Amino acid sequence: MARLLEVKDLKTSFFTDVGEVKAVNGISFNLDRGKVLGIVGESGSGKSVTAYSIMQILTGTGKIVSGSIKYDGKELVGAGEKVMKDIRGNNISIIFQDPMTSLNPTYTIGHQLTEAIILHTDRNKKQAWDRAVEMLRLVNVNEPEKRMKQYPYEFSGGMRQRVMIAMALACEPDILIADEPTTALDVTIQAQILELMKSLQEELGMAIIMITHDLGVIAQMCDEVIVMYAGSICEQGTADEIFYNPKHEYTKGLLRSIPSQANAGKKLEPIAGTPIDLLNMPKGCAFAPRCDVAMKICLKENASRMQINDDHQAACWVNVREAISNE
Amino acid sequence: MSENTPLLEVKDLKQYFTINTGLLQSKQLKAVDGVSFSINKGETLGLVGESGCGKTTVGRSLLNLYKPTSGQIFYEGKEIKTRNDIKEFRKKATMVFQDPYSSLNPRMTVSYIIGEPLDVHKLYKTKEEREARILELMGYVGLNSEHASRYAHEFSGGQRQRIGIARALAVNPDFIVCDEPVSALDVSIQAQVINMFEELQEKFGLTYLFIAHDLLVVRHISDRIAIMYLGKMVEIADAEEIYNHPLHPYSKSLLSAVPIPDPKIARTNKRIVLSGDIPSPLNAPSGCPFRTRCAYAVERCAETMPEFKEVSTDHFVACHRTSEIN
Repeated sequence: MARLLEVKDLKTSFFTDVGEVKAVNGISFNLDRGKVLGIVGESGSGKSVTAYSIMQILTGTGKIVSGSIKYDGKELVGAGEKVMKDIRGNNISIIFQDPMTSLNPTYTIGHQLTEAIILHTDRNKKQAWDRAVEMLRLVNVNEPEKRMKQYPYEFSGGMRQRVMIAMALACEPDILIADEPTTALDVTIQAQILELMKSLQEELGMAIIMITHDLGVIAQMCDEVIVMYAGSICEQGTADEIFYNPKHEYTKGLLRSIPSQANAGKKLEPIAGTPIDLLNMPKGCAFAPRCDVAMKICLKENASRMQINDDHQAACWVNVREAISNE
Repeated sequence: MSENTPLLEVKDLKQYFTINTGLLQSKQLKAVDGVSFSINKGETLGLVGESGCGKTTVGRSLLNLYKPTSGQIFYEGKEIKTRNDIKEFRKKATMVFQDPYSSLNPRMTVSYIIGEPLDVHKLYKTKEEREARILELMGYVGLNSEHASRYAHEFSGGQRQRIGIARALAVNPDFIVCDEPVSALDVSIQAQVINMFEELQEKFGLTYLFIAHDLLVVRHISDRIAIMYLGKMVEIADAEEIYNHPLHPYSKSLLSAVPIPDPKIARTNKRIVLSGDIPSPLNAPSGCPFRTRCAYAVERCAETMPEFKEVSTDHFVACHRTSEIN
């Protein structure tokens, strides 16, 4: 059986006046039905660009340079806008970080919801309206009939994100991509939205790609985790493997640098240096200049991904050295 | 606790803003509505709450960036009232802002930005002294001397925040209001800046009011924590005490809502998910502001605002039903 989503050696670049910015630099991963995959990384790591590449909604100078993205066995790279229009919304949906700007302020919520439903299904206006009301009820919006006639400014941030989720799920996609869905929300509202996403995921059985910089959100939501740095995947594995058995120095550094029960009352251990400049990528491992245990080879060559165990892969020379010294 | 008077004491601080709601109509927005607390010398008081709760306004009113509507602010036991008091106070109390991109003037060099407070308060005699002080300040925050002639836009977010901190240190303050100083930074850079705050505190005996919405960060850096909701203070206690035994229903749900970066804890963690949204501060509910989302609300809660009282040593709560629900 074909995988639900199969990304292979994807490279996406932005061609700017000052040069080519390799935002995503050869990443591969799979997503199975009904799973929650987390992609974690800092700004500029390429996590959002990965999402936009899958949806092919890159703006301006951004372009998929090479690689393959297969949805249910069907190649999407180079498939053309007509195919993608059909895929977006029907099969793969996306919700964005900022619920304040993702809705058009001049149309009612009902108008925007039904528009999406009519576009993607053969429902008529009346049926689409009913479906929209049903969706609002599903995402726990009170008095959905009344809310349909209101404008986005009458909704709070959390409510708007619910509307976005309703819109994304209206055509029952197999994959929901959530790009920092709760970053703009307050903690108690974030808890509501995460709870909602989790219960909808269990109810509707879709797969979720959860993109975030917040390791707390990852721990709470995800089965599997990808850690990205400077456009590449450093490490991939089950949530437990990534949190309790990290095998890439960047992941280890990240986990050490966040305040937690373990380092309460102690100094945090920050990752030294400054974030990567994608225009001046170092040779070899991109993280090497900030890495405490970098070896000579790290500065020359990129480590390839190594299988740590069945549930875990990492691309770090330290593991190679350990493997050799164990032999 | 300290036997001396606290470094800073705030009594019944109110900060109202007038909002135009239509033609010739206006409404009062009670951003901060009767908040009292004190900060001891050398400690860090964390101030948390969700957007619109008034935490930033407290910090700004404290430094008289807004003129408070009413209330008293005491610094080392002396009330700050006249313009002269404020001017003197601002030599001892400074601020680090949230957004390192908009809080630094892009047309100014780093040395100008850091030197400006020295100029304003005339803290040097000769040009050489000024230069030396600027370089010294840059050294404290881990910037090297070659950065002095560069412009703010040439720096990354973390480095800009260092510039902002150096500027805050320029007048040799005792007290710094840190308004979400790490919120705009990446995780790996956050830790660098948090450590720097702690090191500077040790070195200069600084006192911080640390305003943030990231509860993991606040817990890490604070000695005591104050929680606000819709312009009111709901709970203040020692940091560990408030995390282990929160008494106010809002504190309980807020603290339980924090996603813990540990999958096993996250799976078993019992979250208290609140229903509904935060009401607009323009239409704050009567009585206790939290009652519309509170699972324990009774009639009394709609009638009167509960008193902010000490229930155990140094643990203050504003809830009618503290003893019944805990």
